[in-house]
Amino acid sequence: MQDINRRGFIAHTGLSIAALGSFGPLQALAQTSNTLTMAYNVDLPTWDPTVGPSAVNPTIQSLYKAVFAQFVDQNPDLSFKPDLLTEWGWNADKSKISLTVRQGAKWHDGSPVTAEDVAWSLQRAGDPATGNPIQFMWGKIANIKAEGNKVTADVKEFDPAFFKWMGYLTGYILPKAYYEKVGKEGFEKKPVGSGPYMVEEFVQGSHMKLKAFKDYFGAKPTFENVVIKFVTDPSARVAEVESGRSDMTVEIPIEEYERLTKKGFGGTNAPVTDIGMIFITNVEPMLDERVRKALAFSINKKALTEKLMRGAARPIDTLDAPGYEAYDASIKVPYDPKKAKALMTEAGWSKDKPLRFKVQTTRGFKPKDYEVMQAILGMWKPLGVEADLEVYEIAKHFELRAQHKLAPAAFYNWGDAIGDPSTSTGFAMFGPSPHSAWKTKDLDDMIAPLWGEKDEAKRIAGYKAVNRYIAEHALVIPLFQYYQTVVFRKGLNAKPHGAGFVLPQAVHKA
Amino acid sequence: MNARYFLRRLLLAVPTLFGVALVVFVLIRVVPGDPVAMMIPPGATPEDIARLRAFYGLDKSIPMQFWLWLQAALTGEFGTSITYKQDVMDLIAERLPVTLELGIVAMLVACLLGGAAGIVSAARQGRWLSTLIDNLAAVVQAIPDFLWGLIFILLFGVALPWLPISGRIDTALSEQAGGGFVLLSSLLHGRWQIVGSDLLYMIAPALALALPVAAMIARVLKASMQEALASDYVRLARLKGLSGVRVLLSEALPNALIPAVSLSAVQFAFLLGGTVLVEKLFSYPGLGNLAISAVVGRDLPLIQAVVLTFAVLFIAINLAVDVLVLLLNPRLRGGSH
Repeated sequence: MQDINRRGFIAHTGLSIAALGSFGPLQALAQTSNTLTMAYNVDLPTWDPTVGPSAVNPTIQSLYKAVFAQFVDQNPDLSFKPDLLTEWGWNADKSKISLTVRQGAKWHDGSPVTAEDVAWSLQRAGDPATGNPIQFMWGKIANIKAEGNKVTADVKEFDPAFFKWMGYLTGYILPKAYYEKVGKEGFEKKPVGSGPYMVEEFVQGSHMKLKAFKDYFGAKPTFENVVIKFVTDPSARVAEVESGRSDMTVEIPIEEYERLTKKGFGGTNAPVTDIGMIFITNVEPMLDERVRKALAFSINKKALTEKLMRGAARPIDTLDAPGYEAYDASIKVPYDPKKAKALMTEAGWSKDKPLRFKVQTTRGFKPKDYEVMQAILGMWKPLGVEADLEVYEIAKHFELRAQHKLAPAAFYNWGDAIGDPSTSTGFAMFGPSPHSAWKTKDLDDMIAPLWGEKDEAKRIAGYKAVNRYIAEHALVIPLFQYYQTVVFRKGLNAKPHGAGFVLPQAVHKA
Repeated sequence: MNARYFLRRLLLAVPTLFGVALVVFVLIRVVPGDPVAMMIPPGATPEDIARLRAFYGLDKSIPMQFWLWLQAALTGEFGTSITYKQDVMDLIAERLPVTLELGIVAMLVACLLGGAAGIVSAARQGRWLSTLIDNLAAVVQAIPDFLWGLIFILLFGVALPWLPISGRIDTALSEQAGGGFVLLSSLLHGRWQIVGSDLLYMIAPALALALPVAAMIARVLKASMQEALASDYVRLARLKGLSGVRVLLSEALPNALIPAVSLSAVQFAFLLGGTVLVEKLFSYPGLGNLAISAVVGRDLPLIQAVVLTFAVLFIAINLAVDVLVLLLNPRLRGGSH
């Protein structure tokens, strides 16, 4: 140990502070052009992308996707493409699946990715004991076998979205031999994937450092080194990028996005698979279709998205947004305040005889969630609606929704990164689902046969019909599709991804 | 007598901690926000939900859950974090040194700023400088620590980008710095570059935490200094011909310090509480930041352990202050309390 010298300490500390202070603002820019520094909006709790709450957190998936390859990958337009699997599909009667594993792919420790790894990852994902939150999907296959570079399995229960899930939550392939050798704790300390970047350093709650994997099977990333800082506060993220300490950041308020892009920063503000909606619970006064329709017709979504959201969202009328497979542009819920008022009058409600009910919303969980609901309450007021707006935490929303105890109207955001109707309209509107608020037999009878529908065209047409039925009877109020803001310094280019991924491997020099 | 007093205080800490544990355990389970509801997969059946509840031990009654937790806690097992999938005590051991170093540096800054301001204000009583300090202290105290944090982010992060505003240390040095008590160990090992970086990253969050406490110390110290300066022994010292500075620092200050020290202890506990929001603002990877993540994710075992850790800290700080006050006040030594 070196002796502590008081004079030396003061001199060195002073000099270090002065030096770091002087160069602080230029930190990200001053780093070699091979380093990309990102201020990211979430922390990474665990490195196993297949267990725990972080495995189902859509925002964290970008971090996982930088390190781990998936069964299949997703294009920015939400279509799917090969990743570690080059081919996948069902047999003719859809009783078996067959997967072809990419040859020549390697793990970060240099060992080859094998069909054994794929089979083991699927088995592990389907085992309830591992705590995989998407086990309900992976458990639908059994008798998984690996032979050569092929993997086959029997289908226990057909699910049309099975392969789409392979490109989304928990659809990651982990290294069997390495995981079994180092165990859960060892994997957390030194995660090994087969994605474009290797983990060099990870400081929980602070940052991670990634290094490009030279044997990556896909396109070589532009940046050799990536530093991802976990900056969960939006003001701090804006300051990070504005001061030049980070090269890019995500999810900042639209006003800040406009200010920074006017100042010369690059940026994208593009739609993602996340929508704002109002859940309607099948309790009074929502059992009256005239009331539901009046509420839906009186919302000026254009004004909400253009004035309040300042272009950071676009209006929608179904839970399937543009780009989703079952999106049908012909389904419209009109903005018609006159008709809305007439319907309310017909239902017996007016300013003199106001309709009172509770409305719930989060505040600050999504951009302008509370302000949107306040504006909507203002639009409902001329109908004679005197709603009591309750602000709750998102955790309470989940609990109430699972217990079917949400208020008659409750604001929420719904993500569907795979763009499949089963994960939007299906889970949000099917009565037996713990996530639905409207639970009625008529709708359930329409959705139930679609879960196992083997004819894809018939299934998509079926969901479009369901969406039309929902819109005609106002069983839910879809409001808008969110946009995602990404800001980066001059000289960078990052193409927006429809599923909301902000991937370091997709950032390039302009 | 003093030893017996401290032993009694230590023994009293046991039921206090038990009470805190019980209250927190029950509270976090009865307030809305079921952790299982937050991770129910889209296609979950009632059986899937029941399986998840059983997986996290939430299928049992609250008294039974508490009994099981207590049994495990007595053997040093505080459970596994739902979010982080790690032993909660490992997580706390990783984050606590970060918060302690930040808290101690912030407290030192508060004592230095508050102490200096209090003494100067008392010495210049009735003059413009005293009025300025008093008014500044009132304004500074009125602004909470997290708001200071936001002000510093805008000021030193954007307007005058001199200071780093996120993280604990320059990422280029983090691997070399390691974890735990980075500042202390770097000081001991003469790793000055790391000391410099660590202090630089600490300036903004430490100042945010320190300023309101400093203002309070200044006001209390000024009041007790004024009292001391008006006392007979100080007048006597002046009559003896001691210089104004010596009278102030050698005669008045030692006696005036006692209430300020007692207050500082209480304020240190509050300051540590303030790290919850300030660490979040500055992405400082300490216990406070962890506490926010635990609450947002309804990570019950982690919330429980974090709150207990803060409770232990508060008890320890109060005990330490009692010792300090005892050392500063000769009249209390050897007496009963």
